[in-house]
Amino acid sequence: MDLVALQPLFSTLWVVWFFVLFIGILIRVLAPARKREFEQAGDIPFREDVSDRRH
Amino acid sequence: MAAAGYAANPALSAAVTRPEPYVEAPIRAFAIATVFWGVVGFLVGVVIASQLAWPLLNLDLEWTTFGRLRPVHTSAVIFAFGGNALICTSLYVVQRTCRARLFGGEPMGWFLFWGYQFFIVAAALGYVFGVTQGKEYAEPEWFVDLWLTVVWVHYLVAFGGTILRREEPHIYVANWFYLAFIITVAMLHIVNNLALPITLGHGKSYGLAAGVQDAMIQWWYGHNAVGFFLTAGFLGMMYYFIPKQAERPVYSYRLSIVHFWSLIFLYIWAGPHHLHYTALPDWAQTLGMVFSVMLWMPSWGGMINGLMTLSGAWDKLRTDPGLRFSVTAVGFYGMSTFEGPVMSIKAVNALSHYTDWTIGHVHSGAMGWVGFITFGALYWLYPKLWGKRALYSQKLVSWHFWIATLGIVLYITAMWVSGILQGLMWRAYDELGFLQYAFIESVAAMHPYYVIRMMGGVLYLSGALIMVFNLWKTVTSDELADEVPAPVPAGIAAPVPAPAE
Repeated sequence: MDLVALQPLFSTLWVVWFFVLFIGILIRVLAPARKREFEQAGDIPFREDVSDRRH
Repeated sequence: MAAAGYAANPALSAAVTRPEPYVEAPIRAFAIATVFWGVVGFLVGVVIASQLAWPLLNLDLEWTTFGRLRPVHTSAVIFAFGGNALICTSLYVVQRTCRARLFGGEPMGWFLFWGYQFFIVAAALGYVFGVTQGKEYAEPEWFVDLWLTVVWVHYLVAFGGTILRREEPHIYVANWFYLAFIITVAMLHIVNNLALPITLGHGKSYGLAAGVQDAMIQWWYGHNAVGFFLTAGFLGMMYYFIPKQAERPVYSYRLSIVHFWSLIFLYIWAGPHHLHYTALPDWAQTLGMVFSVMLWMPSWGGMINGLMTLSGAWDKLRTDPGLRFSVTAVGFYGMSTFEGPVMSIKAVNALSHYTDWTIGHVHSGAMGWVGFITFGALYWLYPKLWGKRALYSQKLVSWHFWIATLGIVLYITAMWVSGILQGLMWRAYDELGFLQYAFIESVAAMHPYYVIRMMGGVLYLSGALIMVFNLWKTVTSDELADEVPAPVPAGIAAPVPAPAE
């Protein structure tokens, strides 16, 4: 069996891999344990520099 | 909910003195170029809209025909106005959210500025003199493409280098969107412009791909120019400037990450919807349609995230017309990302394709989303960059807002009506099975809508001229001057404000 014959299998596996990867991202981002960490990241624009505090 | 994160972080509030300030002078130049090219682009838009209504305005000169001026308009608004706005804001945002000086410093900033302006002028001259490769939104010939590649790689190095030297451990989400925009545009630009010049001394080149493959590569490029240039880049703007204007963190930071990854996963596959009912294999057309419909979810997730950032601060819309621009932009983002998937459905596309409906759709995204989010950011940035307490006139911002909004409404409603009318006239049959209308009859029927569209464009341009006056007065007014702006050392973190509630 050569690579050309395996191509449909790899195409399918690629879709599955992307699906698994995306689910993995969702789990990582939405895990309750990281909620606070991400909320703090949302404050980064407010850890402002001296020039912005002039206004 | 996000207010909990307001608690001061002692580790981050410890000031670290750095000898070098943030790079600002080239960013000021980009801010000026954004406004300048915006006015040029809107003006050429009004000219070509007038040419469609009154063909006499083509002037019978090859340099001023619609065919040559149209790419001047599209490139001026997308790459000159939009591109300068993106480079301007991304360099401003990346330094502050990473608390690091721009990689490459002032010389890098100035190279990017002049290098990018040279690209714009070279491309525009090519269009007027008829030197183009005839690919929509990728018209410049090979030598201009090569120059843009050099500038863009420097941009990637400057932006990526600044992220690598950051003091802030986390990379703020706006930078993710900006970085995706920079990397993807590099990839799209290089692949879509692979071409062989006739000789090294000749301006003309031939593309490497041909036939339907060429068409597919072109629209893989074309749609992702929309997805990554006009969407991802400006979402980076949204995720920094709306929180700053509203003075509260983004509604859900976690949703912003899901927004980012889902957009990145889906957008790249949507291009084939530009080639419905063509020689492109049917499965590829259906793939493009399905991914376009799926894009609804991340787009609306992002829209909700942007709008909900104002929860508890909606009253600011009454007092801050700059924020009104940004929020209305997000509304237009939601509207055009609803309309886009609808138009990608093959049955709808059979009616809408090749008609003015597409033009209306593009302009609700371009004028409403891209234009308004940029105006909002500019009204916030100008006083900051020039060390002023406030804008010269909030009233003029309000005038700009309402005039431009009216202009957009006239534009897109005229194009909806004329587009659907066109589509219906082209497919109408009489009882004997003959086409009911000659093509020229559909052209004649468009005239009133083309006049309305032109008037919408005049209003949008007028609003932009009001902005130019307002920003000019802001920059030159001594009364608005803040205390002498000291150079800002990069990397100084101030204490984060405690929650008000």
